[in-house]
Amino acid sequence: MIWKIFLFLLLGFVSVAGIAFPIVQSPTKWYEFPFIIGLEQNAKIIFFHVPTAWLTVIAFLMSTVFSVQYLRKKNLDYDAKSYAAAQLGMIFCILATVTGSVWSKFAWGSFWSWDPRQTSIFALLLIYGAWFALRSAIESEDKRATLSSVYSIIAFLTVPFFIFIMPRIMTGLHPGSADDTNAGPIVDFKMNPSMQLIFFLSMIGFTILYFWMWNLGYKSIILNEKINKQLTRG
Amino acid sequence: MKSYALFQKDFHSELRTRYAINSLAMFIIVAISVILFSIGNENISPGLTGGLFWVVIFFSAMSGLSRAFVSEEERGTSLTLQLIASPATVFTGKLLFNMILVFLMNIIITLLYSMLFAEFIIQNYLLFFLTFIFGNIGIAISSTLIAAIIAKAGSKGTLYPVLSFPILLPLILTSVQLTSFSIDGIPISEAVFELAIVVCYDIIMISASYMLFDFIWKD
Repeated sequence: MIWKIFLFLLLGFVSVAGIAFPIVQSPTKWYEFPFIIGLEQNAKIIFFHVPTAWLTVIAFLMSTVFSVQYLRKKNLDYDAKSYAAAQLGMIFCILATVTGSVWSKFAWGSFWSWDPRQTSIFALLLIYGAWFALRSAIESEDKRATLSSVYSIIAFLTVPFFIFIMPRIMTGLHPGSADDTNAGPIVDFKMNPSMQLIFFLSMIGFTILYFWMWNLGYKSIILNEKINKQLTRG
Repeated sequence: MKSYALFQKDFHSELRTRYAINSLAMFIIVAISVILFSIGNENISPGLTGGLFWVVIFFSAMSGLSRAFVSEEERGTSLTLQLIASPATVFTGKLLFNMILVFLMNIIITLLYSMLFAEFIIQNYLLFFLTFIFGNIGIAISSTLIAAIIAKAGSKGTLYPVLSFPILLPLILTSVQLTSFSIDGIPISEAVFELAIVVCYDIIMISASYMLFDFIWKD
């Protein structure tokens, strides 16, 4: 119970601080953020957009790890865990795409411009979509678990291509891209300590939130199955 | 050499019905003519023809390659296959068949395409040839594996392109890039990185396929 209050306070602080703290030319007080050329007021999205993108990848990784576990042990428990992670991954993937494209409307002038990051998040959305389509197509539980595990492993193998190759064959606009001159590696150089603090607090808060949600999702899948079995038996 | 026997079986049954070959040939013609009609009298840039070339290849592959395992499930012969051959053998046989089909299909597409599109002029033939070879191998491997998943999922035909597209996306994006390089006449030494990506993709997918096919194939 205590950690839930702690999480509430943490995320509340991050939300208030991330939105309300002013961005000034030369920060002097602890609550002032620096002015980053090329990002300006838009920089504040980093506290909400980056954690969602991070959780998308974490959820995908967890889903794949549990898929491997399922194929090794053939225990449907792992399939439920993988499913719970993928469900959350889909939600965070949509959130990251939407927040990112709203931001890009103001920073780059259009909602979508096929930046490498946009291409890779789009591919991730497609993978999640295809994964759920595959799951909904199969009725037998064991078969569904096996085939979706196999698919999530193959899909995971394409991720390195999107991370390492897209930036190479396409020019990037996203902050932190290799050829990005005006708003380079933001986390290391452009942020002052207070901005970094809020950023990492936000990452920690969202990660805890994710694991809590994942645990709830997993439990609800297990309960759902139990109820279904009781209904069919009785 | 069981996988070769399996390939021969597929080859002979294909020659008897000619279902895949006929539908593929018609599909290629339909796809290319749709593109020709939609272009009309517009002048299109050579770079665009390179991209459209891969659109035709992708959709033709999606229409023809799913048959590999679906036909076994439809005829109810997959259980027999499971008894007489190991999963790796079955996969090799099917992969061989799909590989031949992909190469045949894409040679026809390339010939038709270069005849019908005046703008599609390759300057660096060797680069285009290498892209063609490695791209086709990659398409054959990934689509064979997805075909196996589809067959076990109850032959859901519409699901096949949905599942294949994200897996083939890195390959197609890089191949489009390489094709536009070969149209622009960029020397191979400048395209080594992109070629290496395609080769890596082929190697990763073929090793993953052999590792994962066991789980798909055994009920």
